[in-house]
Amino acid sequence: MDRVIFGDNQFFGINHSSDEKSRAQLIRFKDNQAILDVLNITVDEGVRTFMCTTHDRIAEISQTIRTDAHFHDFKIYPCMPYAHKYANAVTELGIMGSIKQYLPGNIFGTLAKGGLAFVQKDFISMMELMIDAEMKMFKGISTPVIFLQNVVTDLLLGLGMSDFLVGFHHYVRQKYHAEAGFITMNLPLLLNVLESKGIENPTICASINKSGFRMSGGKAAYEKVIAEKRCRLIAMQVFAAGTIPAEEALEYVCDQPGIDSILFGASSRSNIRNSKMLIDRFSEKRKHSVTY
Amino acid sequence: MIRTGIIGLGKMGISHCAILGANPDVNLVAVCDSSSLVLEGFKKYSRFECFSDYRKMINESNLEALIVATPTKFHEEMVSFALQNNIHVFCEKPFSLDINGGRALAELARRRQLVNQVGYHNRFIGTFNEVSKILQSSILGEIYHFVGESYGPVVLKEKSGTWRSEKGQGGGCLYDYASHTIDLIGFLLAKPVAVAGTQMKSIFSRDVEDAVYSNLTLANGLSGHLSVNWSDETYRKMTTQITLLGKKGKVIADATELKIFLKEENEAFGLSKGWTVKNIVDLTPGVSFNLRGEEYTEQLDHFIQAILTKNLQTRSSFESALATDELIRQLIADTSNN
Repeated sequence: MDRVIFGDNQFFGINHSSDEKSRAQLIRFKDNQAILDVLNITVDEGVRTFMCTTHDRIAEISQTIRTDAHFHDFKIYPCMPYAHKYANAVTELGIMGSIKQYLPGNIFGTLAKGGLAFVQKDFISMMELMIDAEMKMFKGISTPVIFLQNVVTDLLLGLGMSDFLVGFHHYVRQKYHAEAGFITMNLPLLLNVLESKGIENPTICASINKSGFRMSGGKAAYEKVIAEKRCRLIAMQVFAAGTIPAEEALEYVCDQPGIDSILFGASSRSNIRNSKMLIDRFSEKRKHSVTY
Repeated sequence: MIRTGIIGLGKMGISHCAILGANPDVNLVAVCDSSSLVLEGFKKYSRFECFSDYRKMINESNLEALIVATPTKFHEEMVSFALQNNIHVFCEKPFSLDINGGRALAELARRRQLVNQVGYHNRFIGTFNEVSKILQSSILGEIYHFVGESYGPVVLKEKSGTWRSEKGQGGGCLYDYASHTIDLIGFLLAKPVAVAGTQMKSIFSRDVEDAVYSNLTLANGLSGHLSVNWSDETYRKMTTQITLLGKKGKVIADATELKIFLKEENEAFGLSKGWTVKNIVDLTPGVSFNLRGEEYTEQLDHFIQAILTKNLQTRSSFESALATDELIRQLIADTSNN
């Protein structure tokens, strides 16, 4: 995994600090070209991995990434599912109604092999169909890691339904020859559960920041787990919704010995350049302090 | 550990199930739902005992606590049965469709000394609790107006749906969305007691309202606006905002941010003259398990702690939820007058 990974929240108005900023972002990124312009900048600045939700608009952006030579060595880490799409559907249509709406084609047609009985007995196969549906938009693009969104990872974690986490892990490997990734707000708990199910050194993306924001169970518990290097780890929410100054925020995560990659989103060339430069500088400093 | 069960495995029930499943003070033993598909999934992949009959679950599971997350029209009989079996109850919102029935449940819980709570999670959001503190200190001066708003993208086109789209079932924007806004107004300011000029608009739904606009008067005489719309796709998810106008300042708060304007500096609160912005990052306590926001864990922790410490005064009791139910009834009556 690259040390620096670019995120997509800013493109879709997902802003944990302010609903007003979120609206401003939605206005700014109304057209897909505005998103592509920023992605072009990230490539120029040496950031080649884009971690993004399986949002409808990403399907359109993928068209360009697939064909534009500027993106020839660009990688996408898809994160599925785009949860609000499903959550709002469940409120309106109920759980069965949502399955009907979102499974590819007609549910009974798709599952023609066994009809409804098949649905009722094999939820793992149903999950696999949903993964395929979400992955369609990335056809022809390099997707070396495929993530399960935190709302699903953490839901399954709380329900104790780890069979689905294991199922996701295996299916992504077998079908897409990719590493399965898990986004979570509960790193220590998730890691224990994955290991107990025989998944060694899993790829995990978790909130890690100097403030301890969204680090369930506390910062100390996280730092302990991070230092144990039991997983390939991506730090997200490193700025704690913009409440920690960039330099301080990035120095903290770069100093943690068990963090492989740092995920951040930005909208301007100067912010992308600055964050990339700071991560490179602090990572280099750490490497030297470890070596000598 | 508190032996707990859940009735209703829809969106909220499953969410509560996961949060309680990760709570070390809780032994979640049984779940109940009417959908054979959902139950099949729980039977196959979870450790919980599964039931399709809630009475059977309650009779056989020796529960101390119960979560009721079913459609609103079932709340009364289920909560009543649980209370009669001396079980502490956390019930999803809105609490009841029938005020007298709801009142009887609050009374029964009080008589039996059982912890009771309704799932109004805004009462557990850091920004809104900070607003509550600001109001108690009266640094805004006399409040002369409020605006309570909730918007979100639930029903965006014309089609029929679930129980939420049927009239009189506790669905619709009024019960589902506006109940949160009304409850928050009651929590922060005072019990809403009267309504006027209510407009309910069916935008895409055939049988229920998709938007509610009204003028509320509170028990302390304060009046303000209610504006709620669940067919507004300019919002990514449900967004609730409260604006308070006082003679010495103003507050605008939502779940992520609190903006305070003061005419004069307030040293006790560390607030300068003019605007101060506070972020949820600094106002939210850490939780042990986070599924979809700290407030969802916090409200269930609060319920469980109330049982452990025998605290019958929860932050969102049946009693306080009844005030919201009563106002909903008034809004419906007022609409037919307009």
